[in-house]
Amino acid sequence: MRIDKDLVAASATPLVLGILSDGDLYGYAILKRVGELSGGGMQWTDGMLYPLLHRLERLGYVSSSWGTSEAGRRRKHYAITPAGREAFADRQEQWTVVAEALRQVWHTAQRPPAVVQGWA
Amino acid sequence: MEHAELEAQIDRWRGYVQRRQAISPADVDELEDHLREQVADRQATGLDDEEAFLVAIKRLGNLDAVSREFAREHSDRLWKQLVLMPEDPADAGAPPWRELAIVLALAVGAGLAVKAGLTWIEGGGVLARNLGLLVLPFLTGYFAWKRRLNARVVVGILVPFAVLAVVLNAYPFASGGSTEMLAVLHAPVVLWLLAGIAYVGGRWRSDGRRMDFARFTGELVIYFTLLALGGAVLTGLTFAVLQLVGADLEPVLENWILPFAVPGALVVAAWLVEAKQNVVENIAPVLTRVFTPLTIAMLLAVLAVLAAVGGLAEVDRGLLILMDAILVLVLCLLLYAISARNSLAPPGVFDVLQLVLVAAALAVDAVMLTAMLTRIAEFGFSPNKIAALGLNLLLLIQLARTGWLTVGFLRGRRPFTALERWQTRYLPVYALWAAVVVLAFPPIFGFA
Repeated sequence: MRIDKDLVAASATPLVLGILSDGDLYGYAILKRVGELSGGGMQWTDGMLYPLLHRLERLGYVSSSWGTSEAGRRRKHYAITPAGREAFADRQEQWTVVAEALRQVWHTAQRPPAVVQGWA
Repeated sequence: MEHAELEAQIDRWRGYVQRRQAISPADVDELEDHLREQVADRQATGLDDEEAFLVAIKRLGNLDAVSREFAREHSDRLWKQLVLMPEDPADAGAPPWRELAIVLALAVGAGLAVKAGLTWIEGGGVLARNLGLLVLPFLTGYFAWKRRLNARVVVGILVPFAVLAVVLNAYPFASGGSTEMLAVLHAPVVLWLLAGIAYVGGRWRSDGRRMDFARFTGELVIYFTLLALGGAVLTGLTFAVLQLVGADLEPVLENWILPFAVPGALVVAAWLVEAKQNVVENIAPVLTRVFTPLTIAMLLAVLAVLAAVGGLAEVDRGLLILMDAILVLVLCLLLYAISARNSLAPPGVFDVLQLVLVAAALAVDAVMLTAMLTRIAEFGFSPNKIAALGLNLLLLIQLARTGWLTVGFLRGRRPFTALERWQTRYLPVYALWAAVVVLAFPPIFGFA
C-alpha cells in the first residue's frame, strides 16, 4: 500500500521524535526503524530525511554529534533534546485528537446508506 | 579490490552531489554513510554491487528534489545564488541589460534629485531634513521593481513615506534647534525601514528575510565604502593632473561630481550586493572576527578612561553622543556577526568573545545611563537628552537579552536560532523609536 505523500510529511516529525526518544540513532537506522514500525508500509524517500533532521536540529528538538561507524566512516548521530520531548508530547496530543475524530468517522462510514445503489 | 567498481561509482556520485550549493560537504558525508549502509543491506539480501548501488540511489530519491529540500532548510547557503539566478523560469525572460539600465536610470535619478535639492531648496536645515527623502525612494524603487511588490505593499510604503515628507517640511522647526537636528538624524532610520519592507518583498514578518536585510545592509556598507574609495582615488588623480595644467576641478567636484556620485553610488552598491554577493561573501565573517576583539579592547579602554575621569555629571554632552554612536556600532557588529554565523555550528571560542563584547557594551551603556540620568537630574529635560536616553534604554534591553541568550546558547540550553530571532524581532523597535522622535518630539518640545 502506498501512503499519500502529505500524510507521510505530516507524520514524519512525530515519528522521528518518537523513534529518537527511545535512544540516539543515525539517519539510516531511523529509516529502518520507520520501516519496521509500519511493517514496510511507509516508504520515505531516503534523502528527504536529512533536511527534516536538520530542521528539527535548528528548532532545537534534536542535537547531533559526529562519530564513527563500525567500518570507520564518519557518521552523524542524532539525540532528542528536552525541547524535542516537549514537542513530541504536544504532537502526540494533537494526533490523539485527530485519530479519535477519524475513528468516529470510520465508524459511521462503515454503514453505507442503501440509497447509494440507485445513484450509480 | 573486488569492489573497485562500486567505489568508483560512489566517488562519481559524491562529485555529482557536491556540486549542489545547498548540500554542504558534511551533508554529503552523511548521505554517503546512508548510501553505503543501504548498499551493504542490499548486498546482504543477495544483490550484486551494481544492483545494490542502483537500488540505494533510487531509494535516496531524485537529487533535484532532495537538493531543493536542503535549500529550503539551509536558505543561507543559497543566498548568493538566489539573486544571481531568477527564482522561477518565468523570470528568465528579462534580459540582464534591462536590470542594468534600470539601475543606472535610478542612480542618475537619485543624483538629479539631490542636485535639484541643492539648487532649489533654500537653507541648510531644510535640505538636510529632505536629503533622505530625495535619495532613498530610488533605492526603495529598485527593490519594489526587483521584488515585484503588490499594490498593498506599495501603498504600505508610500503612506508612511508621505507622512514623513509632510511632517519634515510642514513642522515649523526653529532654525538650528535641537528637534530639527534630531529629526534630521532619525528620519533616515524610518526611511531605511521602508526600504527594508521593499527589500523583503513585503514579507516583513519573516525572520529569515529580516536577517537577509541585515546582511544586505552590512554588505551595502562594504560595497559603498569600496566604491567611495575607488571614486576618491580616481578624482584625486584627475585633480592632480588638471592642477598641473592649471585647471581647477574643485567647483565641478562640489557642484556636479559629488551630488551625482554619492547617491548614485548608493543605488549601484545596492545592485552590486544583489547581483554579486559571493565576491565579498568570505570577507564578512573575517571582518567581524577581526573587529570583535578590537572593539572589545576599545570599549574596555573607554571604560577605563571614564572611570579615571570620575564625576560623570561634568561629562561633556558631545562625549555622550559619541558614546551612543559607539554603542550603535557595537550593535551593528554584533548583528552582522550573528547574521554571518552558521546557526547549526556548536558554541565556540568566538561565541564567548561575542559574549565578552556584549558584557563590555553593557558596562559602557550602564555608565552612559548613569551619566545621562545625572545630567537630567541636574539640568532638567531637553529633547536631546530624552532622545539619547531612549536610544540608550533600547540598546540596554537588546544587549541584555542578547547576553542572556548567548549564555543560554553557550551552556547548550538554547539553540542559536533563539539569538537570531531576538535580533530580527527587535530591529523594528529602533525604527518605531525614530518615528516617535521625528513625529512627536517637535510638537512636544515646541519645535525648539
